[in-house]
Amino acid sequence: MLIVQLAVLFSFLAAGEFIVWLTGIPVPSSIIGMLLLTAALHFRLLDIRRVSGVAGFLVDNLGFFFVPAGVALLGYFDLIGEQWAAIVGASVISTFIVIDVTGWAHQTLRRRLARRGRRRHIS
Amino acid sequence: MTFLSNTYFLIALTFVAYVGARKLYRRTGIALLNPILITITALILFLLAAGIPYERYAEGGAMIEFWLKPAVVALGVPLYKQISTIRRQLLPILLAELAGCVAGIISVVLLAELFGATPEVVVSLAPKSVTTPIAMEVSRSLGGIPPLTAAVVCAVGIFGGMSGFKVMKLSRVKSPIAQGLSMGTAAHAVGTSLAIEHGGYRYGAWSSLGLTLNGLLTALLAPTILELMGYQL
Repeated sequence: MLIVQLAVLFSFLAAGEFIVWLTGIPVPSSIIGMLLLTAALHFRLLDIRRVSGVAGFLVDNLGFFFVPAGVALLGYFDLIGEQWAAIVGASVISTFIVIDVTGWAHQTLRRRLARRGRRRHIS
Repeated sequence: MTFLSNTYFLIALTFVAYVGARKLYRRTGIALLNPILITITALILFLLAAGIPYERYAEGGAMIEFWLKPAVVALGVPLYKQISTIRRQLLPILLAELAGCVAGIISVVLLAELFGATPEVVVSLAPKSVTTPIAMEVSRSLGGIPPLTAAVVCAVGIFGGMSGFKVMKLSRVKSPIAQGLSMGTAAHAVGTSLAIEHGGYRYGAWSSLGLTLNGLLTALLAPTILELMGYQL
């Protein structure tokens, strides 16, 4: 039932809000809620059918929900006009860095760990 | 003419524009026609043409944006499904994600400072690699400008997605897992869909893992990293 799934989803969000309120950590409440939901599913405290329908709908249409936020750019044309070069330059170079660091780190670590595992296996 | 600023008309227009943009994207398959960017551009042009101030649009927009937080919580379901994938090689994946996440935040902050961006723009760029709803939440909690973050994230996704495999060819990142992971880490959902086009669903699984883990790590680490870099939040 859809209403049950919404009750479950919002309870996890509320739990996230509660933890942020209690501890004052600078992490978004929705991220805490996401982790709590993952843990509840993983430890079989929650049947996935109690949330999967609504969750699937929201995840599949994520893009739609931040359209209004993007439209708010309307109020920042001056700021972007002044700083576009810094915004574009920093984002482009940093994106190259993320691609290379992640890919290279995983490729190298996996090879090293595999080699070490094999050596241990032989001795 | 005043009816054009009716709250429910503007909400309906947002739905219709998004559905139309998605259809256009699916039919053409051109990455540059990212449905979110097209919808945002179309709505901005409409508001400018009709002379409707953003504040008027935001009244209906807030009802759509309200669903962002529950949608981020819902990402817990795909994360749960990915746990079994992560388990098989936990250490290399987590360390690579950590390296990519930290390198991404520090490099974009230093570069933006170097290029003369103001502090609020710098913190808006910090979460640029991660999926938009998480990036916006992070931007908001850092004192950035969420709309600017949203636009930059979409642009980074398109740019990173289109250039990613070429960059990795140059730097000799060859392993399929590493390639998939880094596409999702650097270019979130757009990178993931292009990774699937490039190498099939196996790439897509690794890529969406990179997307989720980098989103999570960025949300957890960005506040601390920025504080260490001298930003008072």
